[in-house]
Amino acid sequence: MEHDKTFAFDEKNEKSFQDTLKKYPKKMAALLPTLWLAMGQNGYLTDEILEYVAERLDLSPVHVYAVAEFYTMFHEEPVGVYHLELCRNLSCTLCGSEDLVAHLAEKYGIFPDETTGDGMFSLELVECLGSCGTAPAMRVNDVYCENLTVEKLDRIIQGCRSGVEPEEEPMGVH
Amino acid sequence: MSKKIISVNFDKPNAHRLSVYEELGGYRSLTKLFAMNPADVIEEVKKSGLRGRGGAGFSAGMKWSFVPKDIGKPKYLCVNADEGEPGTFKDRKILVLDPHALIEGIVICSFAVGIHTAYVYVRGEYDTPIKKLQAAIDEAYAKGYLGSNIRGSGFDLDVYVHRGAGAYICGEETGLIESLEGKKGQPRPKPPYPAVIGLFGCPTVVNNVETLSALPFILNNGWEAYAALGTERSKGTMLFSISGMVERPGVYEEAFGVNLWEFIERSTGGVKGRRGLKAVIPGGSSSPILTAEEARSVSLDYESIAAAGSMIGSGAIIVLSEDNCVVKALQVISRFYAHESCGQCPPCREGTYWLTRLAERMEKGEGHPGDLDLILDICPNMMGTTVCVLSDAMALPARSYVQKFRDEFERHIKEKRCPFSRARNNVAVG
Repeated sequence: MEHDKTFAFDEKNEKSFQDTLKKYPKKMAALLPTLWLAMGQNGYLTDEILEYVAERLDLSPVHVYAVAEFYTMFHEEPVGVYHLELCRNLSCTLCGSEDLVAHLAEKYGIFPDETTGDGMFSLELVECLGSCGTAPAMRVNDVYCENLTVEKLDRIIQGCRSGVEPEEEPMGVH
Repeated sequence: MSKKIISVNFDKPNAHRLSVYEELGGYRSLTKLFAMNPADVIEEVKKSGLRGRGGAGFSAGMKWSFVPKDIGKPKYLCVNADEGEPGTFKDRKILVLDPHALIEGIVICSFAVGIHTAYVYVRGEYDTPIKKLQAAIDEAYAKGYLGSNIRGSGFDLDVYVHRGAGAYICGEETGLIESLEGKKGQPRPKPPYPAVIGLFGCPTVVNNVETLSALPFILNNGWEAYAALGTERSKGTMLFSISGMVERPGVYEEAFGVNLWEFIERSTGGVKGRRGLKAVIPGGSSSPILTAEEARSVSLDYESIAAAGSMIGSGAIIVLSEDNCVVKALQVISRFYAHESCGQCPPCREGTYWLTRLAERMEKGEGHPGDLDLILDICPNMMGTTVCVLSDAMALPARSYVQKFRDEFERHIKEKRCPFSRARNNVAVG
């Protein structure tokens, strides 16, 4: 199927795409990196973008759809300005992540798998983030926020509301 | 104080920068490496006793030796940095604090096996680790530790970072290969093993980050120095990620053979708030649980933990205090496996889902008297019946939770509530 030609990589991403192709002996291997580039440019992946990616990599659209669907980090719907990925796995649960989920709902009306009406926040409860020693943990867009408490969460949410993305704390020795 | 091999640079400021890493003795092993015969490097690593630290614990040197020589195809190294086993956070430390140690290890492995292209498959969430690693790779290229004719040796090696996108199953080595090839990360039936037919149909070594990061020490100090640490069969040291209900969670390196609970207490200060110890999960969520008594008596090495009915896995130790609920723990981990099952094998796709439903209803106080026997009936049907071991990784712990904490499960059913839950009714989670 011929895709509608409105999506195309911008100049920077076109260059990254060409560089990516050089890393692999087979074009198909560039699929995940190419989907990352496309999502970075558009924020989420539409059918049209998936078809564009398929065409650029000489793949069938159905293959690209299936792959995009398989990986949880590829979004086919828009997410909020701040995408909160709060860990619900064991160490974070032991350290109180469910209280944080409740707090987000009660105080801010931020619910799992939903985007707030103002488009600011989307909450996704995710599996282990590899931050178990600093549990509970959450990603805000690409930033790790660790050793969370209700107070720390309040500071993060209020910061986001005034346009300040949280900063990642330096990693400890242990 | 235990001997530090892999974490030796963690407390050195800016060790992630090449100049600092070099001052600390970094890349020194390459001079020795390039003067050696590749087959001798494999032999050295075999004799050191180094085992894969991703979870399987298979001899690293042996794995390399399965790669056929001179078959006219390229060979590949896939570095497994898809760290996703719940409880594990040690590779993230290496990638951020000491990425050049990994790169040095990659050069050693690649030279030994005759590999000229390596891909580091890093889980998609690890944004900072990916940036640190890429910066380190760029520095290494600039200084001639990577690329063509490395340090005048005539040996060429390219290293590329490949970002995953959120799928636990891609940490399984053939799932990782499928994913790297641009497909769904569904594991392949084995044999053939990746050493023979791996990435792009070519011979491939898949090694964990920590495994490779141990190589510079082995090259610099000789296999004897490494094998001198640990026990007869579990040689060397390992990074243990300790989390859950402890005072100071974190990554701690230790030589094998110490008492499990003494090690946890010494490193982390013991159970948080001086509460009683209920249980220890010794090797990530896939490992069967140990009671407090078992944790206090077992030695921390592959064989002793296996003899106690569990496994060291990725070295992810999760501590549960007397206030924690084992049914809740089962609910959380079964939901995880159900979410991460790739869906190709029915025993896994269905089994993980059934166990989740059973654990969820018991935790909510809606369990039935026959549920425990149902769990024990489902588990064996999930073991050894699937392409990969994700299914076993759910069934083994599930069975152990029920067998070792049966009273706790029965209380949930009898009292129609979780005896450990607090008054608050949380909003629906998951």
